[in-house]
Order: sequence, then C-alpha cells, then structure tokens
Amino acid sequence: MKRVIGSAFSWITVLVLLIAACAPAATPTPTPTAAPPPTPAPSPTPAPSPTPAPVEITITCRCVKGGVNAALVQWLTETVIPTFEKQMAAKGTPVKVRLVEFGGSDEELKAQYALDLKAGKGHDVMAFDGFWTAEFVAGGLIKPLEEIVGPEVNQWEGWAQIPGTVQALLMYQGKRYGIPTGTDVRVIWYRKDLFKKAGLPENWQPTSWEDIFAAARQIKKALPDVIPMQVNAGTNMGEATTMQGFYPVLLSAGSFIFDWDQNKWIVRSPAMLDALNFYKRVYIDEKLGDARIQLIKGGREQSFAGFRDGKIAMLWEGDWFWRSVLNPATKSEWAIPNRDEVVGWARIPAREPGKGFRGQDFVTISGGTGFILNPNTKHPKEAWAFLSFMFSKEMLMEFQKIEPRIRARSDVPVTGDPVMTELVKLLPLTTVRPMLPVYPKVSQAAQLATERVVSGEMTPEQAMEAYAKEVTDLVGRENILDLMPR
Amino acid sequence: MVQRRPILSPAVGMLFLLPALGFVLVFLVFPSLWVLQISLTNQTLTGEAALRPQFVGLANFQALFDFENWMIRGYFGNALRNAVFFVIGSALIGQAGLGLAIAWAFHRRRGLLREALYTLVILAWIIPDVVVAFMWVAYLDRDQGTLNAILSTLRLGRVDWLIDHPLLSIIIFNTWRGTAFSMLLFSSALATLPPSYLEAAAVAGASAWQAFRDIILPSIRSHIITDLVLITLWTFNTFTPYLITGGGPTFRSEVVSIYTFRIAFQHFEFGRGAAVAVVMMVINLILALIYLSTLRREAVAR
Repeated sequence: MKRVIGSAFSWITVLVLLIAACAPAATPTPTPTAAPPPTPAPSPTPAPSPTPAPVEITITCRCVKGGVNAALVQWLTETVIPTFEKQMAAKGTPVKVRLVEFGGSDEELKAQYALDLKAGKGHDVMAFDGFWTAEFVAGGLIKPLEEIVGPEVNQWEGWAQIPGTVQALLMYQGKRYGIPTGTDVRVIWYRKDLFKKAGLPENWQPTSWEDIFAAARQIKKALPDVIPMQVNAGTNMGEATTMQGFYPVLLSAGSFIFDWDQNKWIVRSPAMLDALNFYKRVYIDEKLGDARIQLIKGGREQSFAGFRDGKIAMLWEGDWFWRSVLNPATKSEWAIPNRDEVVGWARIPAREPGKGFRGQDFVTISGGTGFILNPNTKHPKEAWAFLSFMFSKEMLMEFQKIEPRIRARSDVPVTGDPVMTELVKLLPLTTVRPMLPVYPKVSQAAQLATERVVSGEMTPEQAMEAYAKEVTDLVGRENILDLMPR
Repeated sequence: MVQRRPILSPAVGMLFLLPALGFVLVFLVFPSLWVLQISLTNQTLTGEAALRPQFVGLANFQALFDFENWMIRGYFGNALRNAVFFVIGSALIGQAGLGLAIAWAFHRRRGLLREALYTLVILAWIIPDVVVAFMWVAYLDRDQGTLNAILSTLRLGRVDWLIDHPLLSIIIFNTWRGTAFSMLLFSSALATLPPSYLEAAAVAGASAWQAFRDIILPSIRSHIITDLVLITLWTFNTFTPYLITGGGPTFRSEVVSIYTFRIAFQHFEFGRGAAVAVVMMVINLILALIYLSTLRREAVAR
C-alpha cells in the first residue's frame, strides 16, 4: 500500500514538474494584449437627450508627449482632435477620439500590432510604417480601406493631391491600406561647432568615403572626447540600422540588397563587402565610432543624446532626426535650442564620385509612414472620417507650423524651414525598399551582418557569407543573385 | 500494518479530482499539445504562412539541430550552451552553493547580523522582476553604474559589464536574485538536525569541514536534491535576463528562453518558436526524471 502511494506520488510529481516546465514554454499562442476595448462614454444624463451618446474611437502611434514624435502628439491633441470633435458634434454625430501613446521602439510597436490584429483587437486608427504593409497584408492582418469602410474612400478629395509614388508607401497589389504622412531622405548630420573647433569647414560636403574618413580622423585628433561619427549598425536599432546606416553605405558603394530588373535578392556582391569593410574601418580599425552604442539596448536614444550634447560630431540619419528629434519647437528631450546654428547636413557621397548606386555621385533612400485603419474597428465610418480629416489640407498646414516636412499632399508645401526645403531636392536621387512580405526578415539578416562586423565577431567576408546563407534560406535559391566574381 | 478503510471510495475520489483535472486539461495539456502541433508547421504571425500554414514535418527541428551552424552566435546551439553555463553558474554554484554556505554559516546562530543578512537576501527575492532589472542595469552601467563608481573609487578601473561580460553579468544577477529560496530551504533543513549529532562530532574532535561533510550533507541530501530540481528548472526557463542584456551583444547572453522569444515574437515564426518550446519541454522532462530517480534511489537506500 505504502509503496503504491509512494509511486503514485512520484508520478504526480513528474506530472507537476512536466507541467511546470511546459507552462512558460507554451506561450507562443497569441494572447489578446493590452488593448482596452472601446468603452462607450458615459452619458451625463440618463434621460434621453437630443444628441446621441458619442462614439469613441482610438488612435495610436509611437509618440509620447515631450518624448519621441512629440510634435505629432501636440498636433493631434491640441488641433486635430478638438477641431474634429467640434465638427462632428455640430453635425449631430458626436465622436470622441482618444490618443493612446506608445513609448516603446518601432519593433515593439510592430509586434504589438501583429498580436493585437491577430487577436481581432487593436486601436481604430494606427500609425503604420510603409514597409510593414506587404508582410501584414500577406498575413491577413490588415485590409484595404475600401473593404473596411466602403467605396466612398476612393472619393476622398486628398487622393488627387498625393502623388502615386507616395500613395504606394501604404499600398500593396494596387490597393490602398492607409494615408501616408509623407516621405523622407537620409543625409549625414554634423555639428558645425565641433567641426569649427577641429579646424574643419562649417559648410562641409564630402565627395568620397576618403573625405568622410579624413574629417573623422581630424576630429578624433583635435577633440579626443568626441566620437567622430556614428553609422547605425546592429539588431538593437532594428530597421534604423538598415535604413539610416547599411543601405546608405551600400548604395554609396554602388549596389543594393535587391535587383529591381530581375526581382532577385543580391546576397553577395563586391559592394556589399566594401560596405561591411566600411563598418569595420569605422568601428574596429580606426575606432572613429563607438561600437558600444550600436550593441547596447537603447543605443539609438544614446546616439541622439550624444549628438545633442556635442559628444558625437557626425550622425547618419533621416530628415526625421532634424525635424522631430532635434526640433526645438517640438519640446522633444533631444531638442537643440540653437539647432539652426550648430547643426549642418551633407549629402551622402558615393565611395568615389560616380561610383554610387546607378552611377550617382550622391545617394539616399526613402521610406515613409502613415496611418491605417484597423479592420477590426467597430466604427469604420467614424474612423475614416477622422483619418481623412487628419489629412485634410487645413490640418496638415497646422502640422507644418510645428514640424515642417515633406508632406504627402502636394498642396501642402514645406514652409518656414530652409533645410527641409533643400532636402526635398534629394528626392530624384532616392530609392526605396522592395515591397515584399519577406523584406523585413531580409532586413533583419542585414542588421545582423553589421552587428557581427562591428562587434568583431566576424570579418566582413564571414558576415557576408552568413548573410548569403540566411537570405537564401529565406527567399529560396531561385530568388537570389550572387555578384561576387569567381 | 493495520488495515485502514479509505474515507472515500475510489469512484468518489475521482469525482473530487475531476474539476482539477479539467483545469489541467484545458490550461496545460491542451496548450502543450497545440504547441506540439504548431511545431510541425511553418506557421507565422505575418506573411503568407500566417494565412496558409503548411505541414513541414520535422523541418523546424532539423533547422534547430543544424550542426553545420550549430555554435554560431544566434543559432540554437549557442543558446543551449549559454543556458547550460547560466544554469551551472547561477543556479547550481550560485544559488544552491551560496544558499547552503549562508545557511551553514548561520546555523544555530542568532543576532543582528543574521537577521540583517536574511532580510536582504529575501528582499532580493521578493522585488518584482522589472524593478530588479532596472536596478541591475543602473548598477552595471559602464558610465553611470554604481559598481563602476565603487571600483573606480578603489582605483580598480572601470569594466563594461554588459558589453564585455554579458553572460557573467546575468549569472551574478540571477545568483543575487534567487539565493533566498535555497538559503531558506537549507536553513529549515538544518533546523531539523538534532543538536546532539554535531555535539558528539565536536567531542570526537571532528573539524568543521568533517562535520559538514559527514553529518550535515548526508542529513539534508534529499533537501539538496529537491532544491536542485526546482532551481534548475526555474533558471532554465527564466526570462528576466532579457530585461538586462536583451540576449546581446551578438547573442552572447542569449539563453534558450530568450531565443524562443526572439524566434516567436520578434521574428514572428511561430512554427520554429514552438519547436524550440517542445525541445525545452523535453529537456525539462529529462532533468526532472534524472533528479526524481535519484530521489527514489535515496528513499530506497534509506
């Protein structure tokens, strides 16, 4: 008897242990995440009132008051939402709009969206990065605007004002999924005050990689406490690594990750090796940049702070860095009060003149974000009314007053910011990322390749081999190009 | 042996067990089988395989045990190796070793020092994970970290803990974090030891080490085994190191739990993530069986 009990007990123990072991491992089932369902606003009087109780819709973005994308919060909460609510109330169809600020990284926001949408939840209007579109559509997570709201979305007056190439930022296979906010370009931002101290020209424009290295070396010599240059690398910075760092370097070396004529992924090329060697020179051989910032969590924020504090002299970033991160009008934590005096910018030169992508002397790359509608919304008409109102000329003109930028609408000019006006002129040089569902995974492989080089784990050759293997596994042998001479 | 009549008939006993079994089925057995099923598909959260996942057989497991790239950082072998070091370093040597040392050092002692030390160790155990992680990031930071401030005051130089020694950092962290459990378990085990054993040993002229080896260790052996089972499982599955190093730099502190998270929730590859989870379950099961058979042999030997 005792023996039996003992045995049974030990089997139960095994079971409990097994279960204890399974429990944390069993999480890959999608769980509804923190997405409070839209709650009906309490009506002040229980008695039937002449106006119906307002419908509540929510909008979310990677934006925090006084933090990241602070201008967006300011524009939405001080201008768009109050004006919209007033208009709707006057029409007798009151709507309340609530902004849900998201303070994490872009990658965390993307994961949150994917899980929310899969669980049939999420906010009604969502800020969305264009390059996610193909992947989310293919996964059945988002739907075309006309399917969510109805054919009237195509009647919106704004479409006529948004060039097709810009609309394409949030399109997939000919369908519109959202309204783009605008497009952007990449340049090298530099601190004029540090350049002056190091004996470099305040109006600086390199025309080759060697010009960049020469300037960085001079800063290192003259100002030993200053990091001469950061070029984004590593997986922690996510898409910022490829968009602000790797692609610009690769394009300046004369190639890209995708061949547009053959629709194939370039997994090995002399330019890719040159690009990885560029990283090695910056971070390992000459120590002109601090690899640590690229490897640590929160490195991008550290690079912003370093630039703000005059600890980093050159930073490769998009125009977002100028108009949002550094912008004193947005009250962002990285704002530089005298930005216009101390911050300069230079076009990204080809490795040597004429040796850049498509034989260009200078290169850049564009992406774009916007806002989409959640297919799970309970109030599609109201959500569309709000989305299209946000992108009315009137509202965007208000936004230009806080954060002038390249807006999607051609009837909304860049006003009052000479730098942004100049940056618009780079658009003819630009290229874009392939709109394919697998793209984000290829980008992750490229981020990893830069991380392996700047951490010293692999040589550029080894990192390119590893990248080639990973991308081949992702896209299949028939979809790759190997441009290395044998 | 006196024959005792059970209070409940077996059938009624089963009836009482049913609700609990129902819960176990719905919340543990079913999800586990579901994970097993997902692990045989190429299911993803985004992209084409999200809508139309395909049965891929054991391909996910083959990818995990791809021995050509097995130990390259970022692959499964690397995560498994890190997890083994992490378990040996922080659970077996760190938590169990330190816990036993503290319990033995303060055995049958009272006083302010003991109370203060016990309070601190238990405090480290009961603070929530996220708070603790923030404290440790602040403690280990290269530039503003408390530890480096202390070291440089002592003129020992600064160390970039999270970048140059990421695995060591999470091992030290997890030791600090979890020693309380082992310490409390061993303290209570030692408290059950009749004082006469040690007194007799002292009279016989045994040294402290001899007394520890020949009296203490054999007496609390089953407690040690229980402790090792539990903390090995917990440590193998813990996710808190992610909050400190994120598994980096270049996957040098990526243990298996972080690897699972990365594959399933950062790359959205549920199929492969589920395969790792299944492998984790099997490893846990093997660990549990090894320890339990040892425990059984102990009981029989006694």
